[in-house]
Amino acid sequence: MNWMVALPELVLACFGMVILLVGVLQRGRDTFQLASMLTLGAFLVTILLVIAGARGFGYHGQFVTDAFSLFVNVLVLVGASLAVVGSLDYNEHENLRRFEFPVLVLFATVGMMVMASSTNLMTLYLGLELQSLSIYVLAAFARDQLRSSEAGLKYFVLGALASGLLLYGISLVYGFAGSMQFDQLATALADPAHASPGLIVGIVFIIVGLAFKISAVPFHMWAPDVYEGAPTPVTLLMATAPKVAAMALLVRTMATPFGHLLQQWQQLIVLISIVSMLLGAFGAIGQRNIKRLMAYSSIGHVGYILIGLAAGNTVGVRGVLIYLVTYVFTSAGAFACILAMRRRGTMLEQISDLGGLGRRDPTLALWMTVFMFSMAGIPPFSGFWGKYFIFTAAVQSGLWALAVIGVLTSVVGAYYYIRVIKVMYFDTPEEAFDPRPASLSTLAAATGLFTTLFFVFPAPIVGAANAAARALFG
Amino acid sequence: MLPVALSHYLIVAALLLVLGVFGIFLNRKNVIIILMSVELILLAANLNLVAFSAVLHDMVGQVFVMFTLTVAAAEAAIGLAIVVIYFRNRGSIQVEDVNLMKG
Repeated sequence: MNWMVALPELVLACFGMVILLVGVLQRGRDTFQLASMLTLGAFLVTILLVIAGARGFGYHGQFVTDAFSLFVNVLVLVGASLAVVGSLDYNEHENLRRFEFPVLVLFATVGMMVMASSTNLMTLYLGLELQSLSIYVLAAFARDQLRSSEAGLKYFVLGALASGLLLYGISLVYGFAGSMQFDQLATALADPAHASPGLIVGIVFIIVGLAFKISAVPFHMWAPDVYEGAPTPVTLLMATAPKVAAMALLVRTMATPFGHLLQQWQQLIVLISIVSMLLGAFGAIGQRNIKRLMAYSSIGHVGYILIGLAAGNTVGVRGVLIYLVTYVFTSAGAFACILAMRRRGTMLEQISDLGGLGRRDPTLALWMTVFMFSMAGIPPFSGFWGKYFIFTAAVQSGLWALAVIGVLTSVVGAYYYIRVIKVMYFDTPEEAFDPRPASLSTLAAATGLFTTLFFVFPAPIVGAANAAARALFG
Repeated sequence: MLPVALSHYLIVAALLLVLGVFGIFLNRKNVIIILMSVELILLAANLNLVAFSAVLHDMVGQVFVMFTLTVAAAEAAIGLAIVVIYFRNRGSIQVEDVNLMKG
C-alpha cells in the first residue's frame, strides 16, 4: 500500500485538527486571526508537498497522484488561500471572528483534493461529501443573520438531494458494470455496444449530481440565492475552489471510466453547456445585487468550461484547465472588490452603490474594470485567453454550434459586465467607501496583476495544463 | 414461495428514490420532511449497493454502505443544526416561508 501518494491530503487534515486544538485551547482569546494565519501556512506547506510529492497509484488503485491531480490541487489550494485572505477583514467587522471558519475552509479543501485524486467511485463520493458538508456549514456561518441561514438551508437541501442522486447513480454503475475502480470500469465498458440501459441511467444520475455541484443549468437554481445569502468570503470560496474541484471530478469521471461512452454522454454535456451559457447571459441582465450578478456570471462560465469537456479530448481538457485558472483569479479579484464595498461599517451589495467609484477610489475602480473586462473576455486580459483555448478546442473537434453560441452569449455577457464599469465611471458619485484594509488591497492587486499580465507568460500554465490533460487521455 | 430476485430489490429501491424526490419537491409543509426524504434517497442507494454486492459476490458494495451510513449521519446532524439556526432567525420552518431571496 503506497500511502505516500496521499501525503499532502493527510498532512493538511492533520494541520486542520491541530488548528482546531489550538483554537479550543486558546479559548477566550481572539483566535480567528491566529487560526487563519496557521491555515494559510498549512496551505503553503501543502502546495510544496503537492509539487514535490510522490506520483502514482495508492490504496489499491483507489487514489492517484498524476499531473492532472497536481494541477487541480495547486489551483484548489490557491483558491482556498485567496478565500481565507478575503475573510480576514470581513469576519472581523461582521462579528464572525471564530476560529472554526478557516478550519472549515481547510477541511473543505481536503475534500476537494481527494476529489481531484480519486480513481474509485467510493473515494469520489467521500471527497465530494467532505467538501459539501463543510461548505453547508460555511454558507450558514453568519448564524444570527436570516439571509445566511436561509442560504445554508437551501444549499443543504438541494446539495443533499444532488449527493443522493449521485450516490444512486454510483450504485447503478457499480451493479451493471461490476466494479467501482475507474480502470476496471474502463475495461468493462470498452465496447459501447454492450452498455446496458441501467448503466446509462447510472451515468446520467452521476452527471446530474455533479452538474449540481458546478451549478450548471438546469441544476443551477440554488446558486443565485446561496451566492447572495452566504457571507461574502464564503461566496468567494464557492465561486473558486469547489467549482474547480467539481469540474475536475466531472472531467476525470467522464474521461477515464466512461471515456469509451463518449457518444452517450457528449450530447448531454453539449445540451447542459448551451443552456448554461444562455441562462448565464440572459439571467444576469436584470440583476441589481452584485453577488447575484456574479452567481449568474458563474453559471455562464460553467457553460463555457463544459464546451471543453464536450470536446472530449486532450485539447478540450487543456482548455478547461486554463479557463479554470483564469476564472479562479478573476473571480477572486472581483469578490475582493465586492468585499471592499463598505460604507460607515455597513456592507453594500447593490451595483448602484459603486456609483462614482472611478473618482472616489481610482485604484479599486481600475481593478474592478480589469476583472469585469476579463470576465467579458476582452483581450488582453486572462479571461480572453481562457475563452480562446476553449473555443479553439471546440472548433478543432467540430463542435461549431457550441463555439458560435459561446461567442454570441459572451457578447450578451459583455453588456452587463460593462454596465458595472459604466456605473463606476459615469454615474453620479456616491459617498466614498470606508478605507480598504491591506489584506483586500493585496488580494485585488495580486489577482489583478495576474489577470492583466497572463498574456505575457502563459507558457508555464499552458504547459502544465497540457501535461495534466495528457495524463487523463494517456 | 417466490424467491426474492435482484429485480425486486431494484424496484423497491427505485420506489424509495421516487418517494424521496417527490417528498422534496411536492412537500409544501415542513423542512423536517425534506430531511426525511433525503434519508430515503440515501437508503434507496444503499439498498441497491447491498443487493448488487450480494449478486456480484463482491464486498466493495457493502463497505461503501458503511461509509454512506456514516456520511448520512453527519449530513443529518448538519441539516438539523442548520434547521435549528434557521428557526431561531425566522421563527418558522414552513417550506413556503423560505422565500427571503428570489429572482
